[in-house]
Amino acid sequence: MNNVLRVENVCKNYGSFTALNNVSISVPKGSIFGLLGPNGAGKTSLIRIINQITLPDSGTVYLDDEILQPHHIQHIGYLPEERGLYKSMKVGEQALYLAQLKGMSKDEAKKKLKYWFEKFEITDWWNKKIQELSKGMAQKVQFIVTVMHSPKLLIFDEPFSGFDPINANLIKDEILNLRNEGASIIFSTHRMESVEEMCDYIALINKSNKILDGKLKDIKQQFKTNQFEVGLLTENTALLVNQINEQFSVENSKSTSFNDDLRLLFSLKNGETSKDLIEFLNNKAQITHFTEVIPSVNDIFLKSVASNS
Amino acid sequence: MDKLKLIIKREFLAKVKNKSFIVMTVLSPLMVVALFSLIIFLNEKNAEEIRTIAFVDESQQFSDAFEDSDAVKYINLTSMGIVEAREKTKEFYYGLLVIPKSDSLSELSNSITFFSNDTPSLTVLSSIESKLEKKIRNLKIAQLQIDVDKIKSIETKVTIDAENFSGEKSSKIGSLLRMIAGGGFGYLIFMFIIIYGTSVMRSVIEEKTSRIIEVIISSVKPFQLMMGKIIGNAMAGILQFIIWMVIGGILLFAITLYFGVNDVSSSSAQMAPEMVQQMQNSSNNDLQLILQEIKNLPILTMFFSFIIYFLGGYLIYSSIYAAIGAAVDSETDTQQFMMPVLMPLVIAIYVGFSVIENPHGPIALAFSLFPLTSPIVMLMRIPFGVPWWQLITSISLLIVTFIGMVWFAAKIYRVGILMYGKKPSYKEIYKWLKY
Repeated sequence: MNNVLRVENVCKNYGSFTALNNVSISVPKGSIFGLLGPNGAGKTSLIRIINQITLPDSGTVYLDDEILQPHHIQHIGYLPEERGLYKSMKVGEQALYLAQLKGMSKDEAKKKLKYWFEKFEITDWWNKKIQELSKGMAQKVQFIVTVMHSPKLLIFDEPFSGFDPINANLIKDEILNLRNEGASIIFSTHRMESVEEMCDYIALINKSNKILDGKLKDIKQQFKTNQFEVGLLTENTALLVNQINEQFSVENSKSTSFNDDLRLLFSLKNGETSKDLIEFLNNKAQITHFTEVIPSVNDIFLKSVASNS
Repeated sequence: MDKLKLIIKREFLAKVKNKSFIVMTVLSPLMVVALFSLIIFLNEKNAEEIRTIAFVDESQQFSDAFEDSDAVKYINLTSMGIVEAREKTKEFYYGLLVIPKSDSLSELSNSITFFSNDTPSLTVLSSIESKLEKKIRNLKIAQLQIDVDKIKSIETKVTIDAENFSGEKSSKIGSLLRMIAGGGFGYLIFMFIIIYGTSVMRSVIEEKTSRIIEVIISSVKPFQLMMGKIIGNAMAGILQFIIWMVIGGILLFAITLYFGVNDVSSSSAQMAPEMVQQMQNSSNNDLQLILQEIKNLPILTMFFSFIIYFLGGYLIYSSIYAAIGAAVDSETDTQQFMMPVLMPLVIAIYVGFSVIENPHGPIALAFSLFPLTSPIVMLMRIPFGVPWWQLITSISLLIVTFIGMVWFAAKIYRVGILMYGKKPSYKEIYKWLKY
């Protein structure tokens, strides 16, 4: 199989509250997987089950086709939403301690840490206490601690919340590097636009249920509404609008342009293609802009929630 | 197992490297010793001050009753007359003793007066009184025409040897020693449970507030983390205890040695030669008695039961403390949960004080079996001798309770550490047990 992680029919209840209802996801190797949904949807509950912090009431989790076992934690790197470090402990000591808890030997951990500290140019922080570092500096250390044991699976819960833009970019690049080196990555977030461009696969979770998952490209394809945004330049705008209204359903586009052209949103009927539209318009006006409207994950989410209920 | 070791090591080092731990560990015995030395030093200083006491002896019978010592000198102003002697004493001397003229010795004993600028020191007064008593007694003996030496020969010192039926000796000093040993050990356990229990709780809260907790429990089980924390802190506590014992022991020994020798020589110099002889004999006797009684204490039982009860009591309470720390968000929220925890400890101490009065009564028995109070109360009883069946029952109950308590605390801990931002009620905590 090509999935690094498979979650099958997982249920989790806290008392009478259902946190996860029969959720299944598969994370393909070497991909970036977005676990998306609003606050309280059950994302963190699912992640805690994958990290073996809590156990599912029913259902199974497989890592590399093996049922999840305690020793698997050394293959998982986890950056929780609620994160931090011991404030009064020295950076180096702390990183070594956490690496050893992940199952690395001391020498191995030292070597790895040296590599990362040099990469981030922070070798002189080794003997500083966390409380002496700025928040941005601590975030770098936090990231290193998450990835230093070269896990196969990296899980980032709300990865960019709390990171300043410079660090967020640095981390983004590092995450892509890790993916290119073969790691698989799960992003969990309620701010869907923040990870949209990075994800290969997504799963949408709402109110403890998975409502949608798959390859991001396929999903977008599936949710396309055959809408096109067009910019037109002509001398007789009123005439053009009349002609268009006779043949197409059109509304004014919300986007504005800098050359005062007419911006329209065309919703094509089944069977009509962009080719038909261009041919129709080409005789009547100068086309300054032509794009297909691709729905954002946020739109897709809202749509699927509406259609599910 | 390796991870547990790592956690214990970290918790231990985090505690031991802490500045306040180092300061407390080193400073506490120094402070105790400094306090002792100050008291002894001030006493010495007081004793060193030479006081001159004037006396006017109108009865003409007491001029040889007062002998000078290092600390007190006597000066006879009888020839001056009372009025003049008073004026002079006011200016130059510590006080003026006036012995009026009287026909009957019995009457005389009630009419002697001491004048001084300040309230006279008790030791000075009682030393003068005893000198006068002795002189009057000798005078009376002389009046009755009895041989003084014969009287001396009939004086005897009696010490009752109390012995129980299995042949163990007990005595007043022994009882006192047992009370001190028992009370001291019980109180020590009380202190350590509170200090190190709170320290476990703080450490749990620190992990919650610094938000490292979830990073850690994605690598280890919450139970491992909790036990590592409890054991690491216990080891720091035992280390501190040993350091205190060693430093305190050495310093106290050195100081009593230094001041002790000094003390005997200076105080003996104040006494009449024949008194010194007597005192030395009796103080030697006392010392031997104390040493004998210390040997009689069940030291081995005390030592092992101290360790067992300290560990048992500490494990019970520190796991409760860990659960409290996990349930709350900050130390200010702990108050409502602390009361019920401290209650049995405080009751144990109060009961303990009545237990050392009556170490084998029903109250003593009940509280030394009840596991939440037994670490303190039983330790207070042990120096007095406790039947084996009671000791075994008490320890068994302690072990069963601590296993139950750790299990119970682990459940709350496991859920609590992942709950942020709200202060739970007892009802919610009860619900956590079922997750």
